Amino acid sequence: MKILVCIKQVPGTTKVEVDEQTGVLKRDGVESKMNPYDLYALEVALRIKEKLGGSVTVLTMGPPQAEAIIKEAYMMGVDDGFLLSDRKFAGADVLATSYTLSQGIKVIGTFDLIICGKQTTDGDTAQVGPAIAEHLNIPHVTWVSNIREVNERNIVVEQDLADSLEVVELDYPCLITVEKDIVQPRLPSYKKKLETRYKPIQVLSLESLQDRNENNYGLNGSPTQVERIFPPEVKAEHILWEGQPEELAEKAFHLLKTEKFI
Amino acid sequence: MGVIQINQELCDLCKICMEKCPFKAIELKENKIEINAGCKMCRICIKSCPNQAITYEERLKNEVNKEQWKGILVFVEHVDGEIHPITLELLGKARQLAQKVGHPVYCLFIGNRIEHKAQDLLYYGVDKVFLYDHEALKYYRVDVYANVFEDCIKKIKPCCVLVGGTSIGRSLAPRVATRFKTGLTADCTVLDMKDNTDLIQIRPAFGGNIMAQIVTPNTRPQFATVRYKVMDEAQRCDQACGTIERMSIEDAKLKSKIKVIEVVQKQRELGISEAQVLVVGGRGLKESKDLALLEELATLLGGQVAVTRPLVEAGWAPHTRQIGLSGRTVKPKLIITCGVSGAIQFTACMDASERIIAINKDKKAPIFKIAHYGIVADLYEVIPLLIQKIKEDRKGVEAYAI
Repeated sequence: MKILVCIKQVPGTTKVEVDEQTGVLKRDGVESKMNPYDLYALEVALRIKEKLGGSVTVLTMGPPQAEAIIKEAYMMGVDDGFLLSDRKFAGADVLATSYTLSQGIKVIGTFDLIICGKQTTDGDTAQVGPAIAEHLNIPHVTWVSNIREVNERNIVVEQDLADSLEVVELDYPCLITVEKDIVQPRLPSYKKKLETRYKPIQVLSLESLQDRNENNYGLNGSPTQVERIFPPEVKAEHILWEGQPEELAEKAFHLLKTEKFI
Repeated sequence: MGVIQINQELCDLCKICMEKCPFKAIELKENKIEINAGCKMCRICIKSCPNQAITYEERLKNEVNKEQWKGILVFVEHVDGEIHPITLELLGKARQLAQKVGHPVYCLFIGNRIEHKAQDLLYYGVDKVFLYDHEALKYYRVDVYANVFEDCIKKIKPCCVLVGGTSIGRSLAPRVATRFKTGLTADCTVLDMKDNTDLIQIRPAFGGNIMAQIVTPNTRPQFATVRYKVMDEAQRCDQACGTIERMSIEDAKLKSKIKVIEVVQKQRELGISEAQVLVVGGRGLKESKDLALLEELATLLGGQVAVTRPLVEAGWAPHTRQIGLSGRTVKPKLIITCGVSGAIQFTACMDASERIIAINKDKKAPIFKIAHYGIVADLYEVIPLLIQKIKEDRKGVEAYAI
């Protein structure tokens, strides 16, 4: 059983602010960490490996510092780690990111099962997983909240569709994205930390991929463009209403109606 | 489309760009400033450089012929033909966008035995419903749904494709957008149309602290998923207009690698942490039976009742209903506190709620410091009136709907 988990390094906090004067992101003291949703994907992968044998590989794309999260994955018990890092990958949107990752996967090898977290805490799009599956031309299931059965041939999962659970069976190769809380992720182990201290991380640049056409990567390979970023409108804060009950009830009703709660 | 260049001759290694870069993507290597793979092409470094050593070079990209892509296509989300309200919200927006550039509004309706429901859509200002009705399409399976979506897009060539930001929409849209090698912007909260048919897409980034305006200028169609309950629903017209076009697709495209074993309807037993709307009772309530009043309001708003600690201690409500440090933390879209003074142990566990309305007799109650809207009144006077107004409003709507 060969399992691949795609992970991402994200800012340690989502409280990023924009300096209104300059339009620049303030990032004082912002540390990086592994996308918290990826921990669930890693745990699912490790448990399947413990049950069926095989290996768990992680793949990430990012700056050289992103090695830190591969090291963390090693401490959880992952066998191999690859980092896609190249300045030419910079400025990638969903299409270019998923394409780069799929190209990386093709170089690393073939996998039975690819697992991703449900989304990242910085982009919040939840799109990269399905897009990788499309590039690789394999089926995918998102929002997996439970794995009912897993064996060497296929996997039976519960797909959470908000109002219903769709229980589906998929043959390998396939890709799933897992919900938060599907399993409790293990903590990195100190013993593994010592064991994997010198474990290599393989870095993949554009040159190591099959498709080396720069136009398919980074900003050049991204059909979407960010035209501008700006702070959100501040909600009307702390308005105090006094008066007759009838008038107050009308104001409250109007507010609920305008904001579509009614 | 382009690339950021650093002119090493102009650079005096002042490192201002390294400080200004929000992504730590600029490094000093062997006495040279270099941009690494963390670069998001925000171009802030270019403005920051006092020596104009950093420049942005445009690279020409193949332009798509935008004239050939016409119409706003809305993906109809439904369960066994019951149309999800997000669809009507998308249709409302689609009509506005279409009007700006004189395009038609289309629907893509995929399912099994749904033809009678397709007629319904024609009351919402749709020019054409493309109907794929086949038993292989009974359940949502991403591979066959993507094939059908692809088939429809190839046949009608829409300028924009709008999909609900729901569980299905967010799984399906990236698959189809990737197939067309085009852009998809997730969870848009604002959409607008430029004269050249470029879709202006605005979405929260970084957990909602920053808004980003995104365009897809060189490819078509332009995909966007839209958050539920953000756009206004399309108004129902008295008369149906537009037509239904029955579509067919070759059998090979309907073969799925996904086998649906069963579909389990979820039990709607939500806790207060999951509720989107909460009505909270505090010490301002006189008797335990008065919670029924809050229950009625909560039900009308599709929400639940929660309480503060004193009410749990008095045995009026179970511990699972308690908000506070010794109870649960909540972050609903709407929270209405009734007779809650607002002790820090309480407010710390609910002040991240998106909309906070507080009702309290005491104008000096600390709850008004964190409430977006404070109503200084007796809850026993205001809430019954509010309930009455919501009920009257609902009656009006029901009478109007057919």
